[in-house]
Amino acid sequence: MISFEHVDYSIDGRPILRDITFNVPLGGTTVILGPSGSGKSTTLRLLLGLARPDAGVIRIDNEDITKMSEKRLRQIRQRIGMVFQQGALFDSMTVGENVAFSLIEHDNVPDEELEGTVRAHLELVGLDPDLIDRMPDQLSGGMQRRVAIARALAARNPQILLYDEPTTGLDPQSAERITDLIVELRDRMKKTSVMVTHDIADAFKVGNTMAVLNEGRLVFEGTPADLARTNEPFISEFLAPFRKAVLAATQRVVTVPGTPRPTAPQ
Amino acid sequence: MGLIAAIVERLRRILEVVQDFVLFAWDAIRATFTPPYYGREFLSQLHFALVGSLLIVVVSAAVAGQALAIQLVRELANTGAKSQLGHFMVISVVRALGPVLTGMVVASRMSAGITAEIGAMRSSDQIDALVAFGSDPMKRLVVPRVAALLIALPVLVIIGDALAVVGGGFVGLQYHLPVESYYSGVLKYLTPKNVLVGMIKPFVFALMIATVACWRGFRSAGGAKGVGVSTTESVVISSVGILVADGVCTRLVFRILGW
Repeated sequence: MISFEHVDYSIDGRPILRDITFNVPLGGTTVILGPSGSGKSTTLRLLLGLARPDAGVIRIDNEDITKMSEKRLRQIRQRIGMVFQQGALFDSMTVGENVAFSLIEHDNVPDEELEGTVRAHLELVGLDPDLIDRMPDQLSGGMQRRVAIARALAARNPQILLYDEPTTGLDPQSAERITDLIVELRDRMKKTSVMVTHDIADAFKVGNTMAVLNEGRLVFEGTPADLARTNEPFISEFLAPFRKAVLAATQRVVTVPGTPRPTAPQ
Repeated sequence: MGLIAAIVERLRRILEVVQDFVLFAWDAIRATFTPPYYGREFLSQLHFALVGSLLIVVVSAAVAGQALAIQLVRELANTGAKSQLGHFMVISVVRALGPVLTGMVVASRMSAGITAEIGAMRSSDQIDALVAFGSDPMKRLVVPRVAALLIALPVLVIIGDALAVVGGGFVGLQYHLPVESYYSGVLKYLTPKNVLVGMIKPFVFALMIATVACWRGFRSAGGAKGVGVSTTESVVISSVGILVADGVCTRLVFRILGW
């Protein structure tokens, strides 16, 4: 399990996160929602040990990572697969080298086995395995995100997956394919996952539990159903455009007699 | 009071920057002496530094060598000491001009290249991705670049020096100085001490250029504009640093050699 306990984090004296406390249940997917600049991506950076909090404790499987040595952190990171915003593929490496990065870096895997693993992971994320020799800049944004997910999954079979705004900047079709893939991985592999997003539709589609941040503070933690029901003013305002969009869409839908009409979160 | 406070604040910031560079350089040194080593990355950087810089070094050394020789041969002819051209070319090129000229040319190319590349990696989260997937960016990015330039720059200085001296010989021919006379002067003054004075410098320059370029790349922030600013800073620091290091090295070596 992952837990944040009273975590504070600031940059140059400017508070980014204040007194953040929440849990990510084992095998579940927690979505961290919030507007831009609310500190969502910072929570993932703290979770990876890329930054250290000013105060508070972050535990992964009951181990406090905030005061851990860099050497021990490197071992912990091997249990985590991270999908960065925009993919962050290594642009001097081929798709295959990107996917196999962690295996090449840490394990002495023979080349033939490595190629098989890469091809299997490309297939797993719905990509043509023959893309293995392409460079990242020869792929579309959606394909790059899929390669980034394949790279995260290939990293020594990680127990934890982190997604930092995996659909940002993608066209609606590519974004839907990515969220479908995340849901599929969630249901099939049962890995503990944390996804950061400001896209409410993605959040409701993917999350088992939700955490909402506003200006560095946690303003909600609970299930998607609880989130849809809450009357907290900021959350109501934050969800309003989504509710309107869903209502507008449902009013245009021709319902089939005898089937319930889709409803927006209340 | 306000002025003093502003000066103190400015000094504090400068000290912070110096401290940051020293700590970065120390991390780079520590990373150098522990595995893993990235041979492929090193060879790729060596190719970029050595082969990629060869043409500009050849052109600039040949042109600068001939320009220097023309200046010298005219003055020497006026004093009846034209036969000393080889002697003066060796002293000027091997001891002073060659390392600085080649250092400057390579610094402008390599500083910009390294800082822009690492800065772009920083702004696209690739450096964080390296860390996230268990790699050490110091070992993977900094050590191969420093090592490659430590090999490439001295080789380029030797090539540049040789071309400048040979260029001087052609100028001597134009001014009716026999080839034998020119090269006997060259060989007479191409002593181990003179070579030592000139060949210590490229190692110092290489260390400085690569470390500063990587440091500015790692500290790059603020997207494309930030990468541009870091790249400019890197080239300026390296260029000024070469001139300062040249002065310090010359004085230090002269003192050590007792000249």
